[in-house]
Amino acid sequence: MHSRKLPLTWVGMVPFTLFALLFLIAPTMYIVIGAFRTVDGGFTLSNLVNLFQPTILASYWISIKISLATALVGCLVGFALAAAVTLGGLPKWLRGPVMTFSGVASNFAGVPLAFAFLATLGRLGLVTVLLKSWFGFNIYAHGFNLLSFFGLTLTYLFFQIPLMVLIITPALDGLKREWKEAASILGATGFQYWRIVALPILWPALLGTLALLFANSFGAVATAYALTGSSMSIVPIMLYAQIRGDVLQDPHLGYALAFGMIVITGLANLAYVWLRVRSERWMR
Amino acid sequence: MISKRFWSWLALAFGILYFALPLLGTLEFSLRARRGVYSLDAYRSVLADPQFRETFTYSVVMAIFTILVGALIVVPTAYWVRLKLPKWRPVVEFITLLPLVIPPIVIVFGYIRLYNTSSFLPLTGSITGTNILLMLGYATLSLPYMYRAVDTGLRTIDVATLTEAAQSLGAGWGTILARVILPNVLVAVLSGAFITFAIVIGEFVLASLLNRPAFGPYMQLTGANKAYEPAALAVIAFSITWICMGLIQLVTRFSKHTNAKR
Repeated sequence: MHSRKLPLTWVGMVPFTLFALLFLIAPTMYIVIGAFRTVDGGFTLSNLVNLFQPTILASYWISIKISLATALVGCLVGFALAAAVTLGGLPKWLRGPVMTFSGVASNFAGVPLAFAFLATLGRLGLVTVLLKSWFGFNIYAHGFNLLSFFGLTLTYLFFQIPLMVLIITPALDGLKREWKEAASILGATGFQYWRIVALPILWPALLGTLALLFANSFGAVATAYALTGSSMSIVPIMLYAQIRGDVLQDPHLGYALAFGMIVITGLANLAYVWLRVRSERWMR
Repeated sequence: MISKRFWSWLALAFGILYFALPLLGTLEFSLRARRGVYSLDAYRSVLADPQFRETFTYSVVMAIFTILVGALIVVPTAYWVRLKLPKWRPVVEFITLLPLVIPPIVIVFGYIRLYNTSSFLPLTGSITGTNILLMLGYATLSLPYMYRAVDTGLRTIDVATLTEAAQSLGAGWGTILARVILPNVLVAVLSGAFITFAIVIGEFVLASLLNRPAFGPYMQLTGANKAYEPAALAVIAFSITWICMGLIQLVTRFSKHTNAKR
């Protein structure tokens, strides 16, 4: 009864609000505001303009390329796996283990993942050694290098593919059997059903997941750092070096660098949410 | 039909190959420390390293505190939002998802600047302060998982009726939360706790940039200096993730069982 006299319901939100403000929103805003500030505290756009210098642009570009590559391949392979398990006529009992493994593997990011790929495809890794001793094929003599764009992409796929499987499986389950039957009654082949019915329905979900996977790999630091040290100049690693030792020799340029990351992951997530809402129209 | 099944098997076989090889490779590499024979030398060397024990213990303690603080913040909030402020649910949900949008490295960058020694809350000025900051940072990183788990748990119970029943028996808010709501969402809290544990144990960026001796930075350092020990560490870290995920499955299954009996 006493709660009706005074609107005190907000009191229950104080701990959470304080926590979110102090440890999530304020730190982020500090960086965002810092990106628009001069050393004296005045407003400026020059920090953002300074991002457009060759080394920084190059690191954004390589980050975007890696994220796009892992997102695209992750989507394709993850979709193939999810489709195989849900619609492909495989035994039903396979589905559980595949989903469980995806749940686990999508959390296998970070330092240990880098070690796993070094132990497998590094110069002395299992696959490298086996290929050499069984087929006399030295992948390192043929231009392969784990500490490269391709190697990093291959490593990131280990958590990107499972994430795709986890997100797209419900969408594939949402494809109604009636649609397939209606299409085949009207004389559509399997390929035509996919091209004209299923893919247009799945399209927003696919694009949305692509955006999510993009953001997921764009912000990742630990795997790349443990794999390549600071030799791969992707944005998160450059930011890591900047926080450690001000390598850009301009703290506010560091804020701008971080702000750029927020903008890119923010846009990707916005795309995900928007496309997800669109895709849910069909998934009722 | 046959061709469809063929392609499915092919996709699955490719998937199994891609995911099994790095796991096998790591395991094999971790056993290679002694020349010519497989041995557990790398594991022995890791386990004998006092730094391994210190950093691992540090991260375990961190994880436990993170889980406690996370649950303490999330459970009352999720409950309160469902009971009294349903209109605010989208807003709170949006905030809890932000740690997935803002890269952790940006969040910790903000911590370092915002809580430095000359700020209003100089947390990075002392070791205890930095530990607290790191722990709250971990709570932030695990917020999306913890909140979603607890909120899903609350969905399955009738919060309003339970609250009224408890109130009519004379319970205060603390009693309601601790003795009515919490036992009902314990499974959800536990699955949130295990995923938090898995995140905190291997976390690298926050601990490294805040200069705390956690397991993630230790693994990275070992990777830069040793040959076979990193693979052994990776096996250990992967096992912990597996155990955490296995425990989540276990408690969820257990809860389904008890629900079915009712």
